[in-house]
Amino acid sequence: MSRIRPEEVREIAVLARLALDDEEIARMTQDLDAILGYVAALGELDTTATLPMTHAVPFDCPLREDVVTVALPVDAALANAPQREASFFRVPRIVPSAGAPSGAMTAGTPPEEG
Amino acid sequence: MASAASSSTTSASTLPEVRGASIATLAEGVRAGRWKARDLTEAYLDRVARLDGALGTYLLVDGERARRRASAIDAARVEGRPLGPLAGVPIALKDIFITRDIETTCASKILRGFHPPYESTPSQRLADAGTVMLGKLNMDEFAMGSSNENSSRGTVKNPWSLAHVPGGSSGGSAAAVAASLCAGALGTDTGGSIRQPAALCGVVGIKPTYGRVSRHGVVAFASSLDHPGPFGRTVDDVATLLEVIAGPDPMDATSIPTPVGRYREAVRAGSQAGIAGVRVGVPAEYFGAGMDAEVESAVRAAIAEVERAGANVVPVSLPNTKYAIATYYLICTAEASSNLARYDGVRFGYRTPDAHSLEELYTRTRGEGFGWEPKRRIMLGTYVLRAGYYEAYYGKALKARRLLADDFAAAFARCDVMLTPTSPIPAFRFGEKTADPLQMYLADVMTVAANLAGIPALSQCCGFTRAGLPIGLQVMGPPLGEEAVFRVAGAYEARTDWHRRLPEDPRASGGVA
Amino acid sequence: MSTDSIAPGRAGVGTGAGARESTAGGTGLGKYEVVIGLEVHAQLATRSKIFSGSSAAFGAEPNAATDPVCLGLPGTLPVLNRAAVLAAVKLGLAVGSHIRQTCRFTRKHYFYPDLPKGFQISQFDEPICEGGTVRFRLHGEARSVRLVRIHLEEDAGKNLHAAAGASFVDYNRAGVPLCEIVSEPDVRSAEEASEYVRALRTLVRYLGICDGNMEEGSMRCDANVSLRLRGAERLGTKAELKNMNSFKNVRDAIEHEVRRQAALLDRGERVIQETRLWDAARGLSVAMRSKEHAHDYRYFPEPDLPPLVVSDAYLADVRASMPEIPEARYARYTALAALSPQDASVLCAEREIADYFDATVRAGAAPKKAANWVINEVLARVDDARLLGEAGVKVAPTALAELIALVDAGTLSGKLGKDVFLRMWAEGRTARDIVAAEGLAQVSDTDAIRAAGERVLAAHPDELRRYRAGERKLMGFFVGAVMKEMGGKANPKGANEVLKLLLEG
Repeated sequence: MSRIRPEEVREIAVLARLALDDEEIARMTQDLDAILGYVAALGELDTTATLPMTHAVPFDCPLREDVVTVALPVDAALANAPQREASFFRVPRIVPSAGAPSGAMTAGTPPEEG
Repeated sequence: MASAASSSTTSASTLPEVRGASIATLAEGVRAGRWKARDLTEAYLDRVARLDGALGTYLLVDGERARRRASAIDAARVEGRPLGPLAGVPIALKDIFITRDIETTCASKILRGFHPPYESTPSQRLADAGTVMLGKLNMDEFAMGSSNENSSRGTVKNPWSLAHVPGGSSGGSAAAVAASLCAGALGTDTGGSIRQPAALCGVVGIKPTYGRVSRHGVVAFASSLDHPGPFGRTVDDVATLLEVIAGPDPMDATSIPTPVGRYREAVRAGSQAGIAGVRVGVPAEYFGAGMDAEVESAVRAAIAEVERAGANVVPVSLPNTKYAIATYYLICTAEASSNLARYDGVRFGYRTPDAHSLEELYTRTRGEGFGWEPKRRIMLGTYVLRAGYYEAYYGKALKARRLLADDFAAAFARCDVMLTPTSPIPAFRFGEKTADPLQMYLADVMTVAANLAGIPALSQCCGFTRAGLPIGLQVMGPPLGEEAVFRVAGAYEARTDWHRRLPEDPRASGGVA
Repeated sequence: MSTDSIAPGRAGVGTGAGARESTAGGTGLGKYEVVIGLEVHAQLATRSKIFSGSSAAFGAEPNAATDPVCLGLPGTLPVLNRAAVLAAVKLGLAVGSHIRQTCRFTRKHYFYPDLPKGFQISQFDEPICEGGTVRFRLHGEARSVRLVRIHLEEDAGKNLHAAAGASFVDYNRAGVPLCEIVSEPDVRSAEEASEYVRALRTLVRYLGICDGNMEEGSMRCDANVSLRLRGAERLGTKAELKNMNSFKNVRDAIEHEVRRQAALLDRGERVIQETRLWDAARGLSVAMRSKEHAHDYRYFPEPDLPPLVVSDAYLADVRASMPEIPEARYARYTALAALSPQDASVLCAEREIADYFDATVRAGAAPKKAANWVINEVLARVDDARLLGEAGVKVAPTALAELIALVDAGTLSGKLGKDVFLRMWAEGRTARDIVAAEGLAQVSDTDAIRAAGERVLAAHPDELRRYRAGERKLMGFFVGAVMKEMGGKANPKGANEVLKLLLEG
């Protein structure tokens, strides 16, 4: 019995922004299926009374003073840009949605997933 | 060793013999004026030029910069200016360490051409101590792998046998130290990637306590599991390097704020005063089926040696060990899928040509830029973080992690250190484990639990197979228990001479079997 | 698989799946209840970014205020800015939130060019503040809106869509700290929503944590709007409105949305849960494409930041340093100082005005008089009320109080007082100095006035005769003449009394 189907693998590839051709989808489905089969063993563990361990350090979050440290010069910031235009990073045109007003999107406004 | 020549360039015949040299010896020699830093650097660069074609450990050799730096150290010495404690010692860095203006690729196509505008804390501290950085070392792509077969820039050969893998993901680092292509090296250990290659290449490597060494400038694979750490020929060398790179860092919020321990002193204590009364735990679960017979025999002999040295050997149990791999692969892939989201062709690295839309930019850049292993881990990680799957997979793994950490805590109430094999098998042949993902993942069975719990763990050579392949002994300690680890490791090394054996230099055509 | 707390979606606002949508007879908005929840992002006015050290100030040249961390370069790690924590705690205390002793950061994943790491560091499960209430007035009536939470997160960069085929990205804003303020769906009208946002703006300016400039984007607002039949319990399907960058836009956009949804429901159609962008120029909203798997943010705890602990000692320190918040001042002004609601509102509108007023009263001026002077004279002369808070303010509160005292004492007439104020503002001198230097003191010396009065009466025999004959209104003429005779410095009341005596006698 398989734990993951090619359709779902395609969905995940979209979520992860990975272009996979049909052969790769098939291979990935096989690989993921095997791994998911193996990790299912964790289901045997009784963790009802266990708290999750997200950090291996028992220390609190340290805080930084609110001072400006030296900023990167523009050219250094853009030095590795695959494509640049003036002082900007250049990417193919972003189309939020048909007919929507263009303009800077607010934070927390991702494009639709998928 | 050749005496210091008066000219700044020296012909190969008068270069100091550095094969098998320890950092301690080299540092002391430069300080005492026995050798020029420049000559040491030339000696290593000469070995790299002659031998690395067969081994493939370096991705980038920065000879020009290294020579300049070495000469500057010599000039400083002559002028009586202060030198760092490791002045003139040539080291190299796994290509996962960010080096200012020097290409850093993580052995991935997606970071080809990336020249960072800043320096990692560990490499900066090594530089501040006076070391000379020879270049960047090969690795599994984004630190994902156990054999260095996942590099986009070619494989690394095990100096003990060119048909065998060096281990991974810090395969280049381990092999370079084993073959004396640098005196010491830095690597990272997320699931065993320092210890396992150290074991397979017969050198010493330590994964310190999580947070003991800053991760600032260490390209992230799995944030809560990544541990930068040193490789060396001897336990003392590794302790030396760790003392230099460890310590709190305001640039890393997970770095431990307490001062660094006295690791070299611990090594000395172990090798001179001994380890009488130290309680050494041997966890039953690390000696089960599937272990190579020669590995088991060598490790048991090592434990016996440690017992003869005065330690009390105590059987302990880590009952949840069999869930460690599953726990590890759920957590590390989830975190990796997140950490690798930034590789999108927008600000740095590879960008797919002719993308006409943003979607094409992303999916093709990442599809073309990542190798199969990173893609597989990204896919698995994305899957387990999906809404609705979180509790069953990632959430569950976080709880299993706590159970594993609790196992260690309980065991360390009864012992000071634990001894186990580092790897259940010695170095395997190329291609032997690449067909089935699980086979490769299971090679990490002895190392991943220490990453999940964040405890320190070291590997040192404890023997060789009949075929001449090294076998590694793992020494684990409680959190911030590096001193106990170094004490026992130092004691064991002092009573043996595995660490003095050197692999043959490969012939240029790479024929050593 | 068990459901768990980390499911994406808005906390506290139901989707009303299956809620009966209206097909009942009758139209008109009156039969619907409007339910609005608001999310406001306040950009914190810290010097540096929330997780790194480059400048958070507005207005730098593109990509001139970045660093490796906020660019999301490989190997970089976030380190939390203590000023951002302080700002969030102040805000939480000001609205009566519960400040969590331990809170955590979360990664929220999506791919977009302005989001360098491919995830935003935010807070999901354990935000720094929970609950709280924002109080304000709508048409003089007290209103309150409950908060679900306040949390810290980092801002994204900016995309600019320019030439055909290309967009351009500027990361200066990436990493600037944000406080996200999420309300319960307690708001019941577009106007109330607008006033709520205005109240938040006033509050964050009072606390000095944000300049609340919606046009510049330092404060942003999204609204979740749904309708239900009056009396219904279940919430209707909500639509999310974005891109409202002024109080007026908040109001217009929500009004438009209410009409849109009502029209749909009246026709028997369903409201689709979607995100709509407000287009102020065209006065309408446009739906963004919505997909079934929209927004799977794959939240998980941020491994690079250990949990943040806010101790009781820290909270006590912050409490002790808090300014009096706007609504508390309003209450004090209207109750204790008995100022009118309008005057109190004006004085409370900005912290600097209220502080200035309080300082004037502390220096001895009566509240009503101080209010009068501050509102009519001081405020008329500043474009930006914040200048009142600066050390170099042209007329300090103590100086104003001194002037008011001189007018009260009769040393200066009201009109003369205003003139003196103008001179104080222009020249930076105190009232006493100006009065002394120019002998402006209103003369109350009866003898001097009497002497002036006798001269005036002697100089105007015709008018005197007419007054004695019965033209009493000529008193005004005589008073004016005495004032003129004395160079405007006579105390009018005094002049009046003296003349009466002279004329009767």
